[in-house]
Amino acid sequence: MHDTLKRVLRGAAAMASGTALAASAQAADATKIANPAASWDHLWHEVIVDITIIGIIFALMTAYFVWKYRRRPGNEVGTSDKLSPASAVGWVVIPVFVFLSIDFYTAANGWVLWNEYRDVPADRLEVKLESGMYSWDYTYPNGVRTQNELIVPAGKPVMLRMTSRDTLHSHYIPDFRVKEDSMPGRVTYLWFNPTKPGEHIVTCAEYCGVMHGYMAGRIIVKAPEEYAAWMKQEETRLAAATAPAEATPAAKPAAKPVKKT
Amino acid sequence: MNLKEWIFTTDHKRVGVLYLIGSIVAFAVAGIMALLMRAELSTIGPTITGNPTQYNVWLYAHGAVMILGFQIPALTGFFANYCIPLMIGAKDVAFPRVNALSVWLFYVGIILAVLTFFIPDPPDVMWTGYPPYSTMTTGNTAMYSFTVLILGFASIIGGVNFLTTVAYMRAPGLTLNKLNIFVWCTLGAFVLQLIFVPVLGTAVTLISLDKYLGTNFFDPSKGGDVLTYQNLFWFYSHPAVYVIFLPFIGVVYEIIASHAKNMVFNYKMVVYGGIGGIVLLSGEVWVHHLYVSGMADWLRIGQMVTTLMISVPVGLMMIGLIGTLHKGSIAFTTPMMYALGVVFLFLIGGLTGVPLAVPSLTLAVSDTYYVVGHFHYVMAVAGTFAIFGGIYHWFPKVTGKMYNEFWGKVGFWITFVGVNIVFWIMMDIGVKGMPRRYYDYAHFPQFEDAHQWMTLGAGILAVGFAIAILNWILGAINGKPAGDNPWGSPSLEWSTVSPPPHGNWPTPPSVSEDWHPYGFKKA
Repeated sequence: MHDTLKRVLRGAAAMASGTALAASAQAADATKIANPAASWDHLWHEVIVDITIIGIIFALMTAYFVWKYRRRPGNEVGTSDKLSPASAVGWVVIPVFVFLSIDFYTAANGWVLWNEYRDVPADRLEVKLESGMYSWDYTYPNGVRTQNELIVPAGKPVMLRMTSRDTLHSHYIPDFRVKEDSMPGRVTYLWFNPTKPGEHIVTCAEYCGVMHGYMAGRIIVKAPEEYAAWMKQEETRLAAATAPAEATPAAKPAAKPVKKT
Repeated sequence: MNLKEWIFTTDHKRVGVLYLIGSIVAFAVAGIMALLMRAELSTIGPTITGNPTQYNVWLYAHGAVMILGFQIPALTGFFANYCIPLMIGAKDVAFPRVNALSVWLFYVGIILAVLTFFIPDPPDVMWTGYPPYSTMTTGNTAMYSFTVLILGFASIIGGVNFLTTVAYMRAPGLTLNKLNIFVWCTLGAFVLQLIFVPVLGTAVTLISLDKYLGTNFFDPSKGGDVLTYQNLFWFYSHPAVYVIFLPFIGVVYEIIASHAKNMVFNYKMVVYGGIGGIVLLSGEVWVHHLYVSGMADWLRIGQMVTTLMISVPVGLMMIGLIGTLHKGSIAFTTPMMYALGVVFLFLIGGLTGVPLAVPSLTLAVSDTYYVVGHFHYVMAVAGTFAIFGGIYHWFPKVTGKMYNEFWGKVGFWITFVGVNIVFWIMMDIGVKGMPRRYYDYAHFPQFEDAHQWMTLGAGILAVGFAIAILNWILGAINGKPAGDNPWGSPSLEWSTVSPPPHGNWPTPPSVSEDWHPYGFKKA
């Protein structure tokens, strides 16, 4: 209850003075890394409970009326009268007030969560993603590249800066409750917080072409030391392969790797 | 009755019936597409076709034909044409020949849409036609553009016609506050069509220019922008949801008031707060279709607030509906069953839309089966139930005969069970991560059972719809005579004979001071 109240107040503050304030609030408790996926579960649950209650109220009322006012001898015609001006206005003002309260409450909570999703922690692993028909191509800051497999260390926020070399794609990670479209000509981003080692599926959520349903990949979260070992090995391999294969991304569309899993 | 008379008719009732026949055919075609998709998805891997493009064409055709070929024409073509002149006591629409032109264009559009299945490279661009795919595909994007343009044009000239008709041709004494709710709803829908269809026309024209004539509106490598199309498209296509919603909820109001024989609850609240509110808000919420498209953050937050505010007019309309049941005399006829079905389905659909209004929650569920389940509840199935209920409701007026009440209810219950199996499960696996528009879900094997249940549900609901359509055909051929006013309604369309003659009334009707379309107590 107290927690909810706090969230509402923060949401209201955010609504009153824009994202800047919420961003600084975020910065204030930067010691703890946010976990948007967990906050998502929390807010989703809350909204589902709210709409279930509203739905049950409306449904029960309808069911009661349908039963009570069914046509039977002695009830051959409806008997409601024109509302008095006062109750006609009341039946507008009160519902509008109730609906708007629910709306603004939901909006405030949604905005707080939004800020969590969009304010990327400063201490992060930043990976470039280029999507294409039909693969996810990741480039690490040191130039290491992977396809359809993003290997990340546990406990460190990961940010993807995304673009596409052909059609729209959407990098959707169901386990981290996040997706964002990638497209040619613009750079979009998302971030997630992999807290413990494990594997998570990545799947395309924006219709991108014939093999859209097969455009899948994996995010492999490794323990930090395992990740460091893997990265070291990749760096060595990259150095061995040396310069010529570097750079010139997507220069030859004909050489597109089309992967059908 | 001869065919030539029907094709060259300018009688609004015959134009309406032509719209109805065309849209039911479209419904059947698009419904078969849905069944094919469900059959394909019943197992992981190829089931009935090994070609993903085949599946994508079904998916395209299902969406485009259901919306542009079935729901909009059935609601703003059939119901508006048939009912509006009768409800306002006019002998026809203001421009009968323009009306005939609109139904011809509609048939051209339907034929184009059906040709999808006979040309070598059918469009596979989804009903949204997003670039860059729509400008890169070998599928026939021009066909998509022309289908949309023709149906859109038919709808614009229909809009001009009906706004004029209601403005100038009401019976003497029929003031604006005595219009049927359905008339108000349809006016709202046509205002939206007139404002927003041109934007859609622009969007799909630019797509074809880009693809075939080498312009670069949407190609970033040559100075264009991908997102522009999505903005143009949804700037129309969100209001289009209300172009469907308003008339169908209007139909439900007519059914509930007539079969509960009751005054509409708080008429002015419904008209000015509900319909007016929706018309005003409808153009300010399109970004909620673009929550994960890479729009500016401030737009996503701003339109979260406007999108949530849609609950206000929609909530008022729900209160109006449920309030009309209060102190009514509710008869459980087939139209009433469908109308109550709409209330139930729309409650689920409307409320499951609340989380989708919040961009942060949408980051997880956007483009999943949750969205598909939601919009089928709120608009596809609720709208179709309203259309089916409306056809049953005005069936005695259109044909002069009565449908079979028993089979009507059987059809309703079968469909009702079927849709809840399909779309409830759909929302459930959507939240768990099942993305939409997948020909195959090999990397989500955990959803195979759910998909099989949905396929079963789709089979069930198809049986229910088939029973309803058969019921109309048999009823129209050899139903019992229904009489002029089987529901005992004071609304003007029931005051003439069934079916109404050309010109509707022998002498033009006028209404008295104390008449009201929902004044059942005095009737």
